[in-house]
Amino acid sequence: MLVDTKDARIQETMNAIVRVSHGMEVEPAIHPALSDLADPEVVLRIKDFSLWYGKAQTLFRIGMDIPKGKVTALIGPSGCGKSTLLRSVNRLNDLIDGVQISGDMLLNGDSIYAPDVDVIELRKRMGMVAQKPNPFPMSIYENVVFPLRIDGIRDRRILDEVCERSLRGAALWDEVKDRLHDSALALSGGQQQRLCIARAIAADPEVLLMDEPASSLDPIATAKVEELIHQLRGEYTILIVTHNMQQAARVSDFTAFMYMGRLIEYAPTGVMFVKPQLKETEDYILGRFG
Amino acid sequence: MMNVEAVKIEELLPPPFQQPRPKAMKRTVALSSFGTPFVWLLGGMLGIALVMILGLLLLILIMGSLTFWPQKIVHFETVEGKRYLGEVTRVETYRPSNEQVGELPEAYRERAQKFLESRQGVSERYLVRTGNYELTNTHFNWVSDFQIQLTTYPEWAFVWERLSWGRFYGIPMGFQVDGKTVTEDPKETYRAFREHFPEVQRKRKQIHYLEKEVLGSLNYRLEQARLNVRDKDLKLRKAAEESREGRQQALQKATAAYNSMKESIEAEYSKIRTQIETLKTETQRYALLMQVSDGGVVPLPLATIVRGYPANQLGWFEKLSVYIERWKEFLLEEPREANSEGGVFPAIFGTVVMTLLMSLIVSPLGVIAALYLREYARAGALVSAVRIALNNLAGVPSIVFGVFGLGFFCYFLGSSIDRAFFEARLPNPTFGTGGILWSALTLSLLTLPVVIVASEEALAAVPNSMREGAYACGASKWQTIQRIVIPRALPGILTGMILAMARGAGEVAPLMLVGAVKLAPELPIDRNFPFIHLERSFMHLGFHIYDVGFQSQNSEAAKPMVFTTTLLLILIIVILNLVAIYLRNRLYRKFISREV
Repeated sequence: MLVDTKDARIQETMNAIVRVSHGMEVEPAIHPALSDLADPEVVLRIKDFSLWYGKAQTLFRIGMDIPKGKVTALIGPSGCGKSTLLRSVNRLNDLIDGVQISGDMLLNGDSIYAPDVDVIELRKRMGMVAQKPNPFPMSIYENVVFPLRIDGIRDRRILDEVCERSLRGAALWDEVKDRLHDSALALSGGQQQRLCIARAIAADPEVLLMDEPASSLDPIATAKVEELIHQLRGEYTILIVTHNMQQAARVSDFTAFMYMGRLIEYAPTGVMFVKPQLKETEDYILGRFG
Repeated sequence: MMNVEAVKIEELLPPPFQQPRPKAMKRTVALSSFGTPFVWLLGGMLGIALVMILGLLLLILIMGSLTFWPQKIVHFETVEGKRYLGEVTRVETYRPSNEQVGELPEAYRERAQKFLESRQGVSERYLVRTGNYELTNTHFNWVSDFQIQLTTYPEWAFVWERLSWGRFYGIPMGFQVDGKTVTEDPKETYRAFREHFPEVQRKRKQIHYLEKEVLGSLNYRLEQARLNVRDKDLKLRKAAEESREGRQQALQKATAAYNSMKESIEAEYSKIRTQIETLKTETQRYALLMQVSDGGVVPLPLATIVRGYPANQLGWFEKLSVYIERWKEFLLEEPREANSEGGVFPAIFGTVVMTLLMSLIVSPLGVIAALYLREYARAGALVSAVRIALNNLAGVPSIVFGVFGLGFFCYFLGSSIDRAFFEARLPNPTFGTGGILWSALTLSLLTLPVVIVASEEALAAVPNSMREGAYACGASKWQTIQRIVIPRALPGILTGMILAMARGAGEVAPLMLVGAVKLAPELPIDRNFPFIHLERSFMHLGFHIYDVGFQSQNSEAAKPMVFTTTLLLILIIVILNLVAIYLRNRLYRKFISREV
């Protein structure tokens, strides 16, 4: 081993990692500000949620509440399950063969995983922004109003209004207002990602899921997307996955640290980055591992 | 005794340090680490393929486009005293045997022998198209160079293309109107011909119109009325006791309608017949007097002539105008003389209609099957088996599809349709025989694997992130497929259709069994109700090539037509493909990327 095991701090870190990797349960450290939220303050309650891909368990009894109107960041090293958790919220994992879950999530009090849930209706209550921009092969206009189109809305006035509002909301309106009917695929990467955000907010989602929305963008486009997330705060509840800790520190109100499929610590971002409760979190934030 | 002085000081010193020379190491480098030889190999292969393809295309292009260019008319006089007037269509070198020289008249034998010796025994022979079949019973004659005594290009030699008996070669010696000779000078004759020929042509067109369109549609109407009577009769025979009364009345009504129609149509018929007769006698008033190669003079009625020109007087522009006129006839007219002359319009029409019909049938079938395979079917043994079966289907010989089409579509489906809907026409089959619909269906089966495989690949190429994006917006599976997957895959699907079209348009073997015929003057789309006659047999360019090239009696004259027809078929396929490629690129720009 190349690590100097005499350093006590590192020794402790290693112990914590070993503890987790041997399946010993670690009680997540949830900040008091987040532990006992009343129902109206919570948009999404994740309750004791576990997930298996075939035989491999990737999420272990996750329980956390996502507060309304705030930006909550999920951080953690690659493969820790943060994207899987995000995709479980709108049940995109259903599309993969052999996924099993236990536990439940509640979107504004409505169960997401109850047997009688209409998945399509459920997804309409959320917006999602993927890691790589995924505009549809159609015009900018049609991309934005796609969620309305699939609901069969044809009224031109409603569509026009939603299109403008969403594009303004995504800070893209001024750049594309003269070419709304051009192909969306002709936009630059950053513009495409903001278009996807516009599409995600077009149907007024109760929660906006973002899966590393800036990881495929250049620094300037990243800055624009982050600024946009800042602007959307308050109006929308945002759950964002990132493995860029500076980004989490910049954009989020709350941060959840995940490791090996477990929630380790969940606290206001200010607290988390200044004085984390658990050593594991501190070590990750300070870059000792990950 | 040691010779001390002989020892030099250098020898006492240790030898200067010398690095041992390394053994010459053999440095080998694997040939494969050089790119070059393999580049040559790969490029060479591509080159060979290109040479073969371009060579074939070039041959077809040159041979096909030269067919209609007017040739000079040559007059050969041989030592035996034979005369040949015509166009040289082919030149060959060969070694004449001694007997051939021995057959020459004695006076010329020695000269011919010397001529051959000076050329190492090799002689050139010309295939002369001499025409005048009704006089000589042959269209072509071989003439060897050692036989020739005199070669001339007569100024007033004419070639006439006729409605029947093939071409006529001769020199105009007079013009007759109503059997009276009005002039005997070639120049005046040609002038008279040009004066009267347009009138004859106009009247001939009129006759053709009356015979084909007017009489044809009269016949069609009468036939429909007769079928109606027969239909009512059949129904009456099958009818139950209580409905007999009504059926009886219907039959009587139909019979009365038929009889009255028959009367009026027969009256009209005879009126048009007399009209045609008058026109015919009018066109037969004029005739040319032509001197043929053996010196005799024969009359050549203008009514039989399609086109004629003094081949040896033509300038470049006049040749070009004859060339263009022949192409026009080829593209727009019906064939005559067992397909070896005239145009191929019905074949062009049949090929295009059949190919489009096939595309219309095969694309939805193929795309739907591919959608199921790619989007809905769970990967497993069954799906793999289906894929293997599809790929094998692509390897089944096309004639097998023809046999299947004949057995299933024509004999089984077609006869069932006939029994159910066209009973009145039996025993003559309507759908129970080869037709354009059955041909299109058979070729659809043939090209189905191509479309399915290409569509499946196109669907697989749609990024999963797009599907997920649509699902995340709350789209259902079908909405995702319909709004995202299909538009995005459309260019690839069109590529499959292009391949299928190219394959289908060039296919002949199955068509010979299920509907393509040598001659089908009635097009599958015409002015008689219901306008689209999918049960009709049709002409196809591919089959036309086979027919002209190998089934024609006058195969030597038809040979150039093989190249021309091939050229045309290739051009049609290229045009169909270009249209599809243009569409695909537009879609590609719209749905996938702007940079293409």
